[in-house]
Amino acid sequence: MSQDSDILLQGINLTVGYPNRDPLFADLNIALNAKELVCFMGPNGAGKSTLLRTLACLQQPLKGSVKLPSSAASSSISIVLTERISNVGLTVRELVTFGRYPFLDWRIQLSKMDHDRIDQSIAQVNIRHLADKKIFELSDGQLQMAMIARALAQDTPVILLDEPTAHLDLNNRVEVMKLLRQLARDTNRAVLVATHELDLALQLADVIWITGKQKNIVTGIPEDLVLNGTFDDAFQFKGFDLKSGKVEHARYQGKKIKLNGSGAEYLWSRNALERNGYQVVDDQADCHLAVISAQQWEVSGSEKIQTFNTLHDVLQFLNSI
Amino acid sequence: MFGLNLSLGSVNIPFLDILKVLFGSETADATWVEIVWNFRMTKALTCILAGGGLALAGLQMQTLFRNALAGPDVLGLSSGASLAVSLILMGKAGGISLISEPGPWTLVLVASLGCVSVFLVMLMIARKLHDNVSLLIVGLMIGAGTSSVVSVLQYISRAEDMQTYLIWTFGSLGGLSWTELLVLAIVLVVGSIISIHSAKSLNAWMLGDTYARSLGIDIRSARLWIIFSTSLLTGSITAFCGPIAFIGLAVPHLVKLILQSSNHKALVPAVVIGGAVLMLFCDTAAQLPGSVQILPVNAVTSLIGAPVVIWVILRHKRIYQ
Repeated sequence: MSQDSDILLQGINLTVGYPNRDPLFADLNIALNAKELVCFMGPNGAGKSTLLRTLACLQQPLKGSVKLPSSAASSSISIVLTERISNVGLTVRELVTFGRYPFLDWRIQLSKMDHDRIDQSIAQVNIRHLADKKIFELSDGQLQMAMIARALAQDTPVILLDEPTAHLDLNNRVEVMKLLRQLARDTNRAVLVATHELDLALQLADVIWITGKQKNIVTGIPEDLVLNGTFDDAFQFKGFDLKSGKVEHARYQGKKIKLNGSGAEYLWSRNALERNGYQVVDDQADCHLAVISAQQWEVSGSEKIQTFNTLHDVLQFLNSI
Repeated sequence: MFGLNLSLGSVNIPFLDILKVLFGSETADATWVEIVWNFRMTKALTCILAGGGLALAGLQMQTLFRNALAGPDVLGLSSGASLAVSLILMGKAGGISLISEPGPWTLVLVASLGCVSVFLVMLMIARKLHDNVSLLIVGLMIGAGTSSVVSVLQYISRAEDMQTYLIWTFGSLGGLSWTELLVLAIVLVVGSIISIHSAKSLNAWMLGDTYARSLGIDIRSARLWIIFSTSLLTGSITAFCGPIAFIGLAVPHLVKLILQSSNHKALVPAVVIGGAVLMLFCDTAAQLPGSVQILPVNAVTSLIGAPVVIWVILRHKRIYQ
């Protein structure tokens, strides 16, 4: 996947930070490849935004260099920032037009090709119906889509995004991340996203960068980083087992329950039991719960078999015995 | 508006006769030619130049600082000019005799100098402070400081000198010679050219410094050009016509609301026209009530400007940069 020709941006011996202060990162050797969505994770204050600005050539590195494949200037990287810009009287289309500014002189005259790229970018993020709306009329999710369209219109091989899902609800977060991944793949770009969305990053990222303790960045595919404990080191999870992807529950009921069933019904029945402090085991159980369907459960203890229509009723019964 | 402005004044001249004067034909009274050409025409043209220039300066400041309430006078530019002019007009009393016989040219130069120096101070502070509100407070403080120096000068100076200065602060659009008008016209043309040339930077600035830079805008030189143009416009207009309030603040908002656009390519010419029209209107209003008595122009601009500013604050959600 990562032959040399696919590298779109490279940080070589990069030391990042502000003069006269401790550097945030030291001697980084990192690369962004075409068609890859990279999720950049780490605690707040680790310097993610600063590294993003450095990679975008908006800030000088303290040491080392940022290498671009072509002789392109700083405008060959587009960036989407956390800063919200809702109080501007522009239409979505005008906002996306800004993406063409590196190609225009002071007259700001758009060529046919510029118009085509703008239309295409708006279409790529599925907001054609919003093109003539004012920015301040948009929802947070729609605004983020418009900002991504603006970055696309800039026609750069690399797009850097700083927490693009920060103000969004779950649906929009999933939509934005899926879109970014699809754009990376379809348009041959490298997309770097600084994000706190652990669950989405694990499921959608091609590569994950995690800020390490020694001012370094650990990179790898999500699954490897989960299994070798990099995530646990970086995030110091409190009561969350990443390997099972679940929150650890205290088994305060002290009862073991054997659960029979399959599919989504089984998973959610198990969730209900564990959330309420029961331990789900394979044998030696105090009680037996069988999932018949999404509307029917059977509990068989020492005595007779009881049938229930909701998990709520099942839990009430279990709590009473 | 231009015609209306021409036809009103302390001497009653029928509109038809004004047209006759303009087209060079004979009129009933020979002095009318003199009045129309050398008094009313210069005054109307001054309105157009000063109104357009101040409105343009206001627009540039509002965009540069991304603050809807910025304007040349809010940031202490006019105060700087006032201080410089007061030093020239009333400085003798304090033992400072800078220029023995202040002519119009020295006033222009001095006012521009005062304007530029205040702006450079503001710019230096602006670099340290990234918060626009603190910057505005600093601007107001500079204004307060300069006006206290002016008060001291007023206290110790002779009544005649003080009156010359006071009349200057009332703002006056009349009494400019054709040479002075030419200077003002050149200033407005130069300011507008710089502004139109900076339209791209001004547009990109709406998204903030970082986005502007990522779009390939050289924000350092753009900022200098915009400041140069603003200081030139404000400085010279203040020198010739006195510190005229509110036009620079109110017109950009009115124009944006009418045009429903934030594109500076359209805004720059529209604001110049809007400023000219509003200034003509204010000047006409200043002559209307008594017909013989002429109100100081600042009283009228503030009378119209203040409600506009209040309305802007009340509807802040609808106001954009």
